[in-house]
Amino acid sequence: MDEGEVFGFLGPNGAGKTTTIRMLTCLISKTSGTARIGEYDIGNSLDQPKIRRIIGLVPDNVGLYEELTAYKNLDFYGRYYKVDETKRRERIEYFLKLLGMWDKRDLAAGTFSKGMKQKLAIARSLIHDPQILFMDEPTANLDPEASKTVRDFILALKKEKKTIFLNTHNLDEAQRICDRIAILNTKLMAYGTPAELERSASGRKVVVQLESVNNAIISAAKKVATGNVEVGEGNKLTIGVNDPEKENPDIMSAIGAAGGRIQFVTEASSTLEDVYLKLVRSQ
Amino acid sequence: MIEMDLQNAWSVASKDFEIFKRRKGVLYATIAFPLGIALGFPGVLVAIESVAGTGTISASVAPFLNAFSFWYVIGAASLPTGIASYSIVGEKIQKSLEPLLATPMTDSEILLGKSIAAFVPPIAAIWASSVVFMVMIDLVTHAGLGYLYYPNWSFGVILLVLAPLASILSIELTVILSARANDVRSVQQFTGVMFFPFLIIYVMTEIGVIQLTIINLLIMSGIFLVVDLLLFYLSIATFKREEILTKWR
Repeated sequence: MDEGEVFGFLGPNGAGKTTTIRMLTCLISKTSGTARIGEYDIGNSLDQPKIRRIIGLVPDNVGLYEELTAYKNLDFYGRYYKVDETKRRERIEYFLKLLGMWDKRDLAAGTFSKGMKQKLAIARSLIHDPQILFMDEPTANLDPEASKTVRDFILALKKEKKTIFLNTHNLDEAQRICDRIAILNTKLMAYGTPAELERSASGRKVVVQLESVNNAIISAAKKVATGNVEVGEGNKLTIGVNDPEKENPDIMSAIGAAGGRIQFVTEASSTLEDVYLKLVRSQ
Repeated sequence: MIEMDLQNAWSVASKDFEIFKRRKGVLYATIAFPLGIALGFPGVLVAIESVAGTGTISASVAPFLNAFSFWYVIGAASLPTGIASYSIVGEKIQKSLEPLLATPMTDSEILLGKSIAAFVPPIAAIWASSVVFMVMIDLVTHAGLGYLYYPNWSFGVILLVLAPLASILSIELTVILSARANDVRSVQQFTGVMFFPFLIIYVMTEIGVIQLTIINLLIMSGIFLVVDLLLFYLSIATFKREEILTKWR
């Protein structure tokens, strides 16, 4: 992961996402392999307290102190991380105002909605200004409105260049928020930007919408295309290409020379959902 | 070597104190039990006196007074289990242990903080109520005994040595049992069993099998200290981040 990046970790239940987060946050030991957080090794017991100091964790269960107020929940975590009192007060006020919860600062966390609790848990994980934030399914079990609020908050953190490791099985969320995604199903299945993953599933394809299609046009396209040429409904040709930037001009010229009248050209790619399902089901 | 920053432990304890203040049931129980001892026994003596119609309490009650003070040890052993079980199993149920374990605090600091939180309120209630107890007993027995029964050295050892050691024993046992429990009540039921050995000691003192002399109290304290140390290492071994997240039910 790079600094300032939002890294998505996608996988079905039981894939090992939470276990990975727990290893990376030094809550459980690794059995093999290596991982470093900043300059520290997660397997080194002397490094582990240093890692805990520079990370924030939003676990899959918010785990707030339900009896305590929103303010106190943040205040105690500030103390746990030894944030000095003045800075603690400033940061609590900043986050509660940012989340629209300042007016509710003296209410017990147990009285909040799920979305508000989740926002408070995120604020709690940021109270000591960590370099890296680990979030374990932050929008799971939230209604669409609450999910959006949380997602917007994550996007605001992304704008602030926070490094975020996001566990999720919400594909739409991953696609919208993450710079890079890893798909996990007890082992790493795929890794890349959302666009790279989408292309990786079936290669790159270009869809050419024509006024009409005939055999001469299909033959002309097949001669120059590096991939398959498929005829679709509504006078569409779907053409497999390795390097569309180089191949497309030749394909379009060939189609034009064969009498084809091109209406528009689009790139066809698999959705992240297609990629995910293909990889998960293949195991 | 146990790594310890007392400020961290105190932060954990402060949070538990805040929660404890809001759990009225546990709070009232912590106050009611020692206050019941402080007011109950002098009340019984007054009742006996009025039934007997003697007008004063005779010197023959003195051994019972000594034995009765052992209730403060029983209180010290039973009261912290309520707070400690809420503090550990309660957090486990609320799932608030995971974010706490992700902080830079060591396992020992968290455990010490929770132990302080379970230790201070009951001991404070016991010491405060013991003042009431001593005053009340002196008020109702002074005329019959001809002297002030309290304060005395035996009660001093009970309050300042034996009761804290009994309290620590109970907290450590609660920590160990919490690893195997998934609800507060089951921990309290288990730790409730611990009440019986203390009750047996009390009965033995009342029937004169054990005399609560200073020597005997110090021997008892020595035994408690050894058990406390053994349980301390066991509780430290039980309260490990990884164990809590992976093996605690």
